[in-house]
Amino acid sequence: MSILLDETTRVVIQGFTGDKGTFHAKEMIAYGTNVVGGVTPGKGGTAHLGRPVFNTVKAAVAATEATASLVLVPAPFCADAIMEAADAGIRLVVTITDGVPAQDMMTVKRYLWRYAKERRTCLIGPNCAGVVSSGKAMMGIMPGHIYLRGAVGVVTRSGTLGYEAASQMKALGVGVTTSVGIGGDPINGSSFVDMLALFEADPETDAVMMIGEIGGPQEADAALFVKEHMTKPVIGYVAGLTAPKGRRMGHAGAIISAFGDTAAEKAEIMRSAGLTVAPSPAELGSTVAQALAGRPTRRVLVSR
Amino acid sequence: MDIHEYQAKELLVGFGVPVPKGGVAYSAEQAVYRAAEIGGDRWVVKAQVHSGARGKAGGVRICSSDAEVRQAAKDLLGKTLVTFQTGPEGLPVHRLLVEQALPIERELYVGLVLDRKRERIVVVAHPHGGMEIEEIAQREPEAILREVVEPAVGIRAFQGRELAFGLELAPPQVNQAVSIILGAYRAFRELDATMVEINPLVVTKDGQVLALDVKMSFDDNAMFRRPSVAELRDYAQEDPREAEAAEHGLNYVALDGDIGCIINGAGLAMATMDMIQHAGGEPANFLDIGGGASPERVAKAFRLVLSDQNVKAVLVNVFAGINRCDWVAQGVVQAVREVQVPVPLVVRLAGTNVEEGRRILQESGLPIITAETLAEAAQRAVAARNAGLAA
Repeated sequence: MSILLDETTRVVIQGFTGDKGTFHAKEMIAYGTNVVGGVTPGKGGTAHLGRPVFNTVKAAVAATEATASLVLVPAPFCADAIMEAADAGIRLVVTITDGVPAQDMMTVKRYLWRYAKERRTCLIGPNCAGVVSSGKAMMGIMPGHIYLRGAVGVVTRSGTLGYEAASQMKALGVGVTTSVGIGGDPINGSSFVDMLALFEADPETDAVMMIGEIGGPQEADAALFVKEHMTKPVIGYVAGLTAPKGRRMGHAGAIISAFGDTAAEKAEIMRSAGLTVAPSPAELGSTVAQALAGRPTRRVLVSR
Repeated sequence: MDIHEYQAKELLVGFGVPVPKGGVAYSAEQAVYRAAEIGGDRWVVKAQVHSGARGKAGGVRICSSDAEVRQAAKDLLGKTLVTFQTGPEGLPVHRLLVEQALPIERELYVGLVLDRKRERIVVVAHPHGGMEIEEIAQREPEAILREVVEPAVGIRAFQGRELAFGLELAPPQVNQAVSIILGAYRAFRELDATMVEINPLVVTKDGQVLALDVKMSFDDNAMFRRPSVAELRDYAQEDPREAEAAEHGLNYVALDGDIGCIINGAGLAMATMDMIQHAGGEPANFLDIGGGASPERVAKAFRLVLSDQNVKAVLVNVFAGINRCDWVAQGVVQAVREVQVPVPLVVRLAGTNVEEGRRILQESGLPIITAETLAEAAQRAVAARNAGLAA
């Protein structure tokens, strides 16, 4: 198993026929992803990359039984595309697009809550690298070859730092079940906690690497979740120890933000919650390997 | 994106929020003219910079004659104002706000902000406005009044009333305050703000409720649909290199160290900076070149980084996902030939087509120090910087 996505997941791409859509669709198909079609309003009835194109997500779902959608539409239209997918019953929406207005995301998040939990859409992103289940399927823009199949779940706000972690792990023979980029925007679809809960429930995942950044409450929330709900080891890292405090105007931001915004504070919160924190970004892989070596394994961790 | 106080007040007036009578001035003559236009016998001359705490920094003057207004304007215009929100380099004063000075009974605090945890707009308020609000929030967080706004419905009048009564306003002032809070919320939503702060919101001696000082920040990602807000941008209030970088789709922040950084992705950029410090160096900048690292963009990045005279070595760290390493390597080679890099250059490439990328760097004949891992890259950059200093 893996989380969110595997080789059987039926995927459509919103923004399929554009340059980006075409390029990444080819990469995804080459990796083994079950891309069943795409959506480009006005191009319904045509075919692209040997797959049917639809005018609406509803039409795509009706014809292909797709359950997942990759959103590559430009930022001004992104919120609309996500809501269209949710309304069509798509269960997993991965949004790569960056630059989506924060208030659009506020509306999107509110919109997703109108559905009962049994059919609610899981949104990943925006402004993320996507989701890859090693050796099975990929919805996103990552270089697929850096992920070795294995037993560590990865969840990261940063795309390229997630690549760094996966390739350090691969060099040490440590593989990945699923890697999820949750994105770096102030309001994003799924949080660290959402992904940690899925990894905890996934029988193939033995440990989780979580990579945070400065700003926002998500890492502290995640640390508390690990402490209270997780049995699997979690290895953390927070980028930005050397980042300067941003210039700011006014007091309102400071009034609502509690302790835990800086990288050092977040790392401290993680440590006190029982996470192993990688001492430097060059030791992401080795810290995971050590954490795995220090506990009895339920199955072979390395597979090639 | 931030705007000036006088601009924020003009915007809020459009949403029914009353402010003191006043106007902007770019010169001493204009300031005196504004004072005459406003009338009365007491005025406030306020330096317009993108920062709070201007009063304590000497940026706000109370005047009781034309001559005093003229003198205050002369003193402030062209000055660099250093507040504890600007950092030590301060911000230049090119514009003034001249306003009527009002007899004030009470000063309150009202702020609206996008709360990342709740994913909602939150209105915060406190019966005592002013500079100490952050300390109050730290010391007694329960004393801060909060109303979380349901985005599908918008702010309701009862929420405004709860805040207004919580601010201990008398009944005649409650309705005024409610209309101000509701107006500020509409401005927040309709202009894609990320922060609206009225500090202080005042009650005058004659019972009027007014926004005496206003700050507004906006979501850069939404400015494509708010052209009237976007044009309020004042580049004089921004670091020129950061503004130039933004024009080219690069995200640059100047720092105090001497190892220049060119990296793709914000998280990897911060991690690389952390690694440089781990290896005993100090980064000169944060620079995220983003996804498509075209040769033009890489060249622009080199020019930006090298425009900092402190830079003693440059570290390029690109983990190629969308862009292939061979493409990035070609960009680096082309940029180095074009720009002339006078300091040691360390390049670390990883990801798609990495062998081809390294081959291009080696065969270029350029004095590029290559590295395979993040740790190696940081160590070699610090070593190259130290060797350069020793030479």
